[in-house]
Formats: sequence, C-alpha cells, structure tokens
Amino acid sequence: MKTLVQNIGALSQCVGRDVRLMEVCGTHTMAAFRSGLRQLLPDCVHLVSGPGCPVCVTDPSYLDAAIDLCGRPGVIVATFGDLVRVPGTDSSLERERAAGASVRIVYSPSDALILARECPSKQVVFLGVGFETTVPTVAWAIWRAARDGLKNFSVLCAHKTMPRAMDALVRDKAINIDGFICPGHVSVITGAHIYRFICERYRIPCVVSGFEAWDILKSIELLLRQLAEGRAQVENEYSRSVSEHGNAAAQRLMNEVFEPCDTAWRGIGMIEGSGLAIREQYAGFDAAKVLGVQFPKAHVNPLCNCGSVLRGVASPLDCRLFGRPCSPAHPIGPCMVSGEGACAAYYKYERIAA
Amino acid sequence: MCLAVPARIVELHNSTATISVEGALREVDVSLIDEPRLGDFVLIHAGFAIHRWEQSEVEELEAIRAATDLREAIT
Repeated sequence: MKTLVQNIGALSQCVGRDVRLMEVCGTHTMAAFRSGLRQLLPDCVHLVSGPGCPVCVTDPSYLDAAIDLCGRPGVIVATFGDLVRVPGTDSSLERERAAGASVRIVYSPSDALILARECPSKQVVFLGVGFETTVPTVAWAIWRAARDGLKNFSVLCAHKTMPRAMDALVRDKAINIDGFICPGHVSVITGAHIYRFICERYRIPCVVSGFEAWDILKSIELLLRQLAEGRAQVENEYSRSVSEHGNAAAQRLMNEVFEPCDTAWRGIGMIEGSGLAIREQYAGFDAAKVLGVQFPKAHVNPLCNCGSVLRGVASPLDCRLFGRPCSPAHPIGPCMVSGEGACAAYYKYERIAA
Repeated sequence: MCLAVPARIVELHNSTATISVEGALREVDVSLIDEPRLGDFVLIHAGFAIHRWEQSEVEELEAIRAATDLREAIT
C-alpha cells in the first residue's frame, strides 16, 4: 500500500501538472470516500465524480410518471430502494407510500416477478433503472414473464448504457478529464473493450477498477503511469471479475429484450443511443405502452446543482443548497439521496462544520 | 446501484442456488453463468450471479484485503 502511494506521488511529479481523473461509477465514489484514500493523494491529483449513479441521472419526469403510477388503482410499483426518496416535482415514492400508495421495495427484479404471481389481480410495475450491470437481471424478468405468459407484470424502462454518456462527457469542453476510472461491475457484463474508442479517438487513458481501496489506488497509479508515458490504453485492474468481452449470456439476454434508444440524462441532456427500450416483441411488458404512461416535463428546484455535479464540472460543495437545506434527511436533489450520490458522499465524509 | 458482492454457493438447484455472504443465506438465480458448481465463489448483483471467480481470483481478493491498511501508507 505504501509503495502504491509513493508511486502515485512520484508519477504525479513526472506528469507535472494538475490531473483530473473521473470515477465514473458511484460505487467507486463512495468506496474512495469511505476508505479515506482521497487524503493520500497528492494535491495535484483530483478525483472527479461522474454520472455513474443511475438514480442520480434519472430524468425527473420519469419519477413523476412513477409517482403517478403508484396512485393508480390496481397498480403496485416495485422498485429498488434507492429510488423511493428521490423527489419528483411535487412528491416522492416514499411520501406516496406513507400516504397509502402501493410501493414495494424489492432486492431483485425476480422478487417483483414473485410479487406479480402472488397478486394476480394487480398490475406489478417494476421501475427499470440502472446500467449494464442491472439490465440483464431486468431482461431476465421480462423474458421469464413472457415465457410463463404472465399478464400482470411490466417494466417502466429508463435503463441507460455507459459508453455514449462517457463520449458525451469527453466532448464537453468544460469537463476536461485526463483519465477515466471505469466502472467495474458494468464491465463484468460488457467486457473491458467498450472503452477502447475513448483511448483511440480522444487519447484519454482508461482503467477498469475494482472496489477495494487498493484497487482504486492501483488504478490511479496505472492512469498516472499512462499519462507520464504519453500512452492512452484500456487497462484492466479488475481482471478477477472483468474479461475483455464480458458475460456473453447476459449480453444475449439484454439484446433479446432491449434495443438502443435516445434518452435524457439529468444534467447532461439527451444523448443519442444511450438508453435502452423494450423491443416490440416484448411490448406487452412495457408499462409505458400497457398503461399509457405520460412523461410530462418535470419541475426541479432551479438552485439544485446536481446537473453540474453529475457532469463533473462542479463539486457538491459549490452548491448553494448543500448541507442546508439539502441534506440526506431532507434531500432536494438526487445526488443527496442515493447512497452512491456525490453529494451524499461529500455530506457524510467531507463536510466542514459550518 | 452497481454494487455486487462475492458469495459462495452452498446449495445448487436447477437455475437457482443458495448463496452465503458471511453466513447470510439467500436464493439467487445462476442462469447467467456457465455451469455453476457447489462451492463456487460468485459475484452477486440484484439477486443474480453475474460472474464466477476462479480460486486464484479469490486468493487475489484475500491478498488485496490483507494489504489494505491505509494507516500503514501514511506512517
């Protein structure tokens, strides 16, 4: 560990300038804070949080649609726990649940399927939010529901994929990233090869990282070494879980059920081909079609800086709402709600007592 | 949300398995990995095994965890 920190110090001097490394994945953001490794880095190495918290980048109009759904008679909304506290325009799923709406927190999409079997008179709508790591599990639920002829299960889909979003970030001149710490568990599914275009097209080094403090420091060392040597390659620090081409069975299932679509990212805007839509063949499980869900334009607090935080152009500490009034107990923006949100991480580990 | 935890398969059924995470048991789906075996160390995300670790990879994690003492790095 000590050698790793010393190497990082020496390599940062070789690079000879300030370096901005983006940890794309929210789980990396949290792991870096929790372990305290940020304090071990030289002042010229900056870790910047990216858009890799699915809850944080979900467009607020999707939340409003989900909130509307959970109030409809005969509908049960099943969701991962991270989403329930995120505020929409006027309410949150948590608030609606407290008022009596049917919102169930599940650990797995397969649990939502079990719920549908147990409640045949209700329509169970699973909130499909998440990146490539999660998408195959939701694809499995849809595929299984189709195979078993289940009529009361559907998915409100807001799935997103990483590469196009990273491409959009790189092209945004305001962001200025020197290297990517690439998401480990997305890469378990996709394989490490998906980042190659970033190295080839933009000459930005990429390292796929594991989630132990040692993994993250090693990845920072590998990125700095590439910068010092003028290389831009995809290196795989997390080879115990990530292969070059990923999990083929999971990819097949994803492609069977979903197809690419354009989608809006909170803070970044519309990114072509960065979302996933349920294929026509499985339209009977697409909640938006089955239940005629509308996505009216949402209204968010104009002072909320989550958009800039998600693009890596602002620190949570720059936000006027940070700490007061926006806190994990009373979140205003999604980055303060999620356990992987940058604002929640700063609040927990980096807040300076006012 | 992309959290995944390593766990050991302690019972194998058809396309599901019971896994143990530090003694906590849970049923997960194993249809996304090839030929799951009893005793395999797998990575679990949202109720699904998404990757199987070889023994050498389990040992790599143990070595990393043993080496992770940030206090040592600052002394």
